[in-house]
Amino acid sequence: MPNMIVCVKQIPDPEAPAGSFRVDEAANAVVPAASVSQVVSPFDEQAVEAALRLKDEHGGTITAVSLGKDFVMDVIKKPLAMGSDELVLLQDPAFEGGDSRSTAYALAMAIKKIGDFDIVFCGRQAADWDAGQVGSGIAEFLGVPSVTVAKKVEWLDGKVKVERVVSDGYEVIEVSPPLVITVSNELGEPRYPKLKGIMAASKKQVPTWAAADIAADASQAGAAGARIKLLKVFQPVKEGKCEIIEGDSPEEAAAALALKLREVKLV
Amino acid sequence: MADNKGVMIVGEIVEGKLAAITAELLGGGRKLADALGEELSAVVMGSGVADLAKEAVAFGADKVYVVDDALLADYRTDSYVAAMEKVIKEVAPNIVLMGQTATGRDLAPRLAFRLDTATAMDCLELAIDPNSKLLLMTRSVYGGNAMGTYVCEGTKPQIATVRAKAMDPMERDDSRSGEVVTIDAGVDASAVRTSIAEKVKEEVEGIKLEDAEVIICGGRGIGGPEPFKDLEELAKALGGAVGATRPPCDNGWVPSAMQVGLTGKIVSPTLYIAVALSGASQHLAGCSGSKNIVAINKDPEANIFNIVLKPDSLCFFNP
Ligand SMILES: Cc1cc2nc3c(=O)[nH]c(=O)nc-3n(C[C@H](O)[C@H](O)[C@H](O)COP(=O)(O)OP(=O)(O)OC[C@H]3O[C@@H](n4cnc5c(N)ncnc54)[C@H](O)[C@@H]3O)c2cc1C
Ligand SMILES: Nc1ncnc2c1ncn2[C@@H]1O[C@H](COP(=O)(O)O)[C@@H](O)[C@H]1O
Repeated sequence: MPNMIVCVKQIPDPEAPAGSFRVDEAANAVVPAASVSQVVSPFDEQAVEAALRLKDEHGGTITAVSLGKDFVMDVIKKPLAMGSDELVLLQDPAFEGGDSRSTAYALAMAIKKIGDFDIVFCGRQAADWDAGQVGSGIAEFLGVPSVTVAKKVEWLDGKVKVERVVSDGYEVIEVSPPLVITVSNELGEPRYPKLKGIMAASKKQVPTWAAADIAADASQAGAAGARIKLLKVFQPVKEGKCEIIEGDSPEEAAAALALKLREVKLV
Repeated sequence: MADNKGVMIVGEIVEGKLAAITAELLGGGRKLADALGEELSAVVMGSGVADLAKEAVAFGADKVYVVDDALLADYRTDSYVAAMEKVIKEVAPNIVLMGQTATGRDLAPRLAFRLDTATAMDCLELAIDPNSKLLLMTRSVYGGNAMGTYVCEGTKPQIATVRAKAMDPMERDDSRSGEVVTIDAGVDASAVRTSIAEKVKEEVEGIKLEDAEVIICGGRGIGGPEPFKDLEELAKALGGAVGATRPPCDNGWVPSAMQVGLTGKIVSPTLYIAVALSGASQHLAGCSGSKNIVAINKDPEANIFNIVLKPDSLCFFNP
């Protein structure tokens, strides 16, 4: 029975309409409009789903871990509502201002405290900064193998079989636990929480750990442990011409488009 | 640390040849190396790959490090990270560049953490800061809604992965000369913890999306697998290829290998025909390098009509 950990991040909804994200150059930050809700990063929901599928078939435990601040409890409890057993929140000013490396360090220290695990699941990338590094970082800090961009995970009695997406198909990778797997959308839709799950999750007490609780070295966590710095954030200027081709009927518009494309020698 | 020198490109090999991204990295790396007055090197890694060193030189490398070992025949995280760790410790480069490919995505972060340095992933622009001489790494963030410029100040090498088609390759010149150095991979088979049981190709037939000059891309509004056959017919007529946004792939209407976007293929055709797709920033990340975009959408407010980056002409027709 696999013991599993899933790393989940709370972020502004990445599928919010474009234009909902503004840049605050002075603060060096991307500021979502007030209308943009917080969500669990989509690939992380898929990571939860990957763990739940193993649990459905083989049993085992699932502990979700999230590092952040300003948690919206209804949002960050979604992994519990979906069927995870436990949720641990990591929150401490000492974790702030970090990069992928210091985030991976703190998550790895928390995972050590949670205890023996077979698989740590992460998303392939957090859909806010799109870094795609933390899963590999956790594996490096824990000294275990990693398989990235997975679309299917099987548990075969002491072995793990992972389908890893590559540009022209996929590779079937075999590896012994413990390991880290990062999950991609090809895994399939994450399940919707059932009402019973939502109720149970809302009642559940969730521990919050600070740096001292996970014995995090102050020089490794947050800004102190960062190796890369964000110098500036900006929004590129949009340029280009947009010409609207109209017609009274689809056929007419299509004919006008075809004519236009010929005129500019595109076809 | 201060004596790390040179720009190093990590080459990739596809079907026995240097990958297009490697030539692009050499083109981009050449400019950085010249700006620094340092050497441009390429690492050619794999099994039976020594012959490719010449090709790397022809595309601009001053020096090529050949790491040839049967254990490197396939990309596996442990063997490639170990081999690259050894190469970097021996050569001590200032900058290391890889492609934002299945390999680069996996290798760059793990290697950076192993070396206790950092990497910026999926960069669109790289430049040398004239004062600090450090690498300025600019990448898209928030699914393409903004850009961020990063710098790695205290550690070396500075590592970046670069998005396909973000940099221009140099003209291949077989008369160029360069030095070829062999480095022993030094990988211990027992330290490679994963094995590849099978490789499954899901390649779509016809012209590759990455190479196509015309692409017809279908979105969720297409409604199912059937209408994609019409797009294929149109693509055939125009000598192009068919792509898709994520929903048609996720819904199983078309294979995932057809996905265009941030987490799919990066394309830059002369003509991109976007059919019934809204133009989410994550999708545009994969096609905004197209020279012309034609969008066919019943919604005149669709984002594809607003966010036009480079393309010259954009049309609308109401089907
Ligand atoms: C981290 C992350 C990475 C992602 N990576 C990618 C990626 O690589 N590639 C990608 O594509 N997406 C990606 N996405 C998903 C992306 O955010 C969008 O959800 C997706 O691109 C939307 O696809 P769509 O435009 O086909 O669908 P929709 O947004 O639903 O748009 C459908 C469009 O079809 C139009 N339409 C409907 N019917 C008709 C009709 N009869 N005639 C004409 N028009 C019609 C509608 O007006 C609408 O504009 C990613 C998301 C995240 C969070
Ligand atoms: N703050 C966080 N808390 C929990 N998990 C995280 C956090 N940041 C990143 N992760 C995990 O690491 C994955 C990759 O993140 P990133 O490298 O930031 O793109 C995410 O999909 C999550 O699974």
